[in-house]
Parts: sequence; structure tokens; C-alpha cells
Amino acid sequence: MGAADVTAVPAVRLTGVSKAFGGKNVLSGLDLEVPVGTSLVVLGKSGVGKSVLLKHVIGLLKPDSGRVEVGGVDIWSVSARERDQIRRRFGMSFQEGALFDSMTVGENISFPLRRHTRMSVAQVRDRVAECLELVRLPGIEAKGPSELSGGMRRRVGFARAIALKPEILLFDEPTTGLDPINTDALVRVIQKLRESLRPTAITITHDLKVAFQVADRVALLEAGRIRIDLPPADFEASDDPRVVAFVQGDSAMDEETAPLEVSG
Amino acid sequence: MLEGFGRFCELLYRTILGAVRPPYDLKALRDQVVRVGVDSVPVVFLTTLFTGAVMALQTFNGFARFHAEAYVGSVVAISMLRELSPVLSGLMVTGRAGSAMAAELGTMRVTEQIDALVSLATDPVQYLFVPRVLAGIIVLPMLVVLGNAMGIGGGYLVAVKILGANPVIYMDNTFQYLRMNDLWSGLIKAAFFGGLLSLIGCQRGFDTEGGAEGVGRSTTTAVVIVSLAILVSDFFLTKVLF
Repeated sequence: MGAADVTAVPAVRLTGVSKAFGGKNVLSGLDLEVPVGTSLVVLGKSGVGKSVLLKHVIGLLKPDSGRVEVGGVDIWSVSARERDQIRRRFGMSFQEGALFDSMTVGENISFPLRRHTRMSVAQVRDRVAECLELVRLPGIEAKGPSELSGGMRRRVGFARAIALKPEILLFDEPTTGLDPINTDALVRVIQKLRESLRPTAITITHDLKVAFQVADRVALLEAGRIRIDLPPADFEASDDPRVVAFVQGDSAMDEETAPLEVSG
Repeated sequence: MLEGFGRFCELLYRTILGAVRPPYDLKALRDQVVRVGVDSVPVVFLTTLFTGAVMALQTFNGFARFHAEAYVGSVVAISMLRELSPVLSGLMVTGRAGSAMAAELGTMRVTEQIDALVSLATDPVQYLFVPRVLAGIIVLPMLVVLGNAMGIGGGYLVAVKILGANPVIYMDNTFQYLRMNDLWSGLIKAAFFGGLLSLIGCQRGFDTEGGAEGVGRSTTTAVVIVSLAILVSDFFLTKVLF
């Protein structure tokens, strides 16, 4: 493979990725390609393995078989140190924020800066303030994670994820469990991050509204594979039964939950 | 069992690798020295003081039967330095700090903070294990030196103040039969126990599965496994070190 055209190499490519936990297949031969600069939203029911998929992208989980490539490099064929180099190109936001609770908000956001850059104390302080500004929570550096609401914790998690100006953003269920107002605030933050950083983004969610607001492409994960991968408008208009079932939230059309309906 | 030992060796290897490779996090090490060491001083102080005291009471009672009361000081000192101070300090610090490490890392695991470390290109073993294990190795021998002094002091108080021994003769007796090897073997044991309790405490926390209940389980198993490991390895270390 030549590297003639850099933009032709997708930011992230998964080929035939399979993963089983305790004998149960979660991903089975999953293929996925995310071109540089696109925002992909992966939809799927709870427990279908969306988070597992995301954790494979950044190398938090190692596939039982298949390849995970970032910028054309197979992340499991390189050394642990090179893998860490690759991870610096990512910013990942976790479901509950996953802030380090032994540190303040400011220390959380500056953690990657202090660890991976030679920025001065003043530069770090400015960058932290800048990141908090981006997630619309200015001036809360000195607070502890336990003093924040769930939505604020996630936004601080975003701020920490973008501190190193990553090329690829990963959002794991950014709005799950939040009220509509906070959800909207969070979606606006994601849109703003996309505008200001122009990163590649992969968002995992089961919230359709969020999906259509932030996606260039919408994919549906089902039974361990990506079944549909379409632009939002086409996805919404699709007459594929799996998509229709998901969009309409119809459990009767779903194999797993269907017997419940029949038994009556 | 064998699988657990394999995991232990893997994490030991990764900890050693993490300790020799930059970045060196001296601030984290200092924090852990305070948490494992300084905070354990009161508990080690009391444990060894009373152990020395009861040793003196018991050996006096027994030795009086064959008129060997004169050797109480020696027996207390030798048993404290070689055996009781390292083992008891190890067990007490396990209960305090080993369990805390398992709980802290376990909570970090179930709240995805360890995943967050990895996503921020930070090796969690290097970041979390290395300062704790080093702190254990550094701090336990220091606590044992304190424990030695307390144990001998406790024995002295009982023998002189309660049993009416001659203070000068008792102190003389205490140091008469001590060798440097008694001190060293105890300190080597202590360093070993310190590393062991931190490593196992961290490992149990690191490998936590299943929410809050899992954290509780990790904490319990950490204390049980470390306590057993200390008592078993103590025998073999004694055999090797005399």
C-alpha cells in the first residue's frame, strides 16, 4: 500500500473485528471505515456492543481477530509505546465523564498537557481556561469532580479530551441519562467542538435526535456488525426493516423482544 | 491459582519496567510515602508497643519456670527484630494501605478512570502501580525500625515497671545477644512485604469487575491474599535469611 494520497487513508478502519466475552460474541467480523474529517454516529440498542466497538478503536480492548487501523497503522502490530503515541491523536469522552476524582477540574484537564507536552505553567493554565470556555464552563478550575452535576462532569470530560487538540474525537453515550435541556447543551458543545477543531468524530448513542444533529453519517450496529451506514437524511428515510424498527422504537419488529408481544 | 500467579508476574514485570522508564513521578511517590508510611505510624506504634509488652510478660512467666528470667530482654529483642515487627507491621499496613489501594484502583476501574488514563496515552501500571509499590518498599523498613524500638520499649516497660527487673541489667541483656543480621533480616523482610502488599493491593483493584460490589470483593480478597502471602513468604524468607 502506497501513501500517495494521505487523505485517501481513512482516519480509522476496522476490518473483520471479532470480540467475545465469556463465550458470547459481541462483535463478529465487524467492518467500519471512517474517512478523515467525518462525523460518524453509531446507533444500536443498549448492550449491543457499541461501547465495545469504541474501545476497540482506541485500543482499550484488543480484538480476538481482525485489524484496527488508525491512519493506516495496525495499532496491535506496533509496540506499546508507539500505541501510546497513536492514542495521543485521540480524545475520548466517557459515559460518566470518568474524571479523576483525586484531582480538581483544572488538574484533570491539564493532566494530558503536563504529561505529554513541555508547556509552561502559564501556557497550561491558558489552555485549560480555553478548553473550559469551549465546553461553556469557564472558571470552574478549582472545583472537585464531586461538586459537579452529571452533565457538567461530561463537559469537563470533553474539555480534558480536547486538551491536546486531537484529530479524532470519540464520544461514548454523551447524552445518556441527561435531561432534555442538558442534552441540548451537550449537543451544542459537540457541534461547537466540531466547528472549531474539525476533527474526525465517532459518537456512540441510542438517541436518534442527537444522532441526526451531529452526524455526517449514521450507522446501525446490530448482531456484532455494522448493518447500515448512510447519510442522516437517507438513514431516516430508509425502509430497511431494521432501521424502521429502530427509528420507530417498535419492539415487535425486533427478534429479541418480539416473543414478549406474541405471548399475550 | 496458577492464573493469578501468572497475572501477578505480568504486573510485576510491567511495574519494574514502568519504574525504570521515564517519566519519573516524584510527586506521586512522595504522596504515596505519606499515605502508606506516615499515616500508618500510629497503628504500627501501638501494635508493636503492646506486642513487645506482652512478649515480656509471657516469656517472663515461662522462663521463670527454669530460672531464666535474665534472658527475657534478649528474647523480646530478637523476636521483635527478626520476626514480629516486620510481620505485624506488614499485616497492619496491609489492612490500612493495601486495602485502600485495592478500593481506590477498583473504583477507578469501575468508573472508567483507568480507561481514561489509557485514552490519555498514560500507562496505568506505570502511573498507578509504580509509586505505590516503591512507597511500600521504602516505607515498610522505616516502620519496622520504629516497631523495633517500640517493641523493645514495651518489653522494657513491663519488665522494669511491672515485673521489677533491674533497668540496667535488662537493657544490657537486651543488646547482649543481638547481631546486625537480626536487624538486616527484619528490614529485608519488611521491604519485601511492603512491595508485596502494594503490588497485590494494586492488582486486585486494577482487575476489579462488576461495580460497587466488585470493589468490595477486591478489597477483601486483597487483604486475605496479602496476609496469607506475608505469612507464607515469611517462612521461606526466614529460611533463606536465617
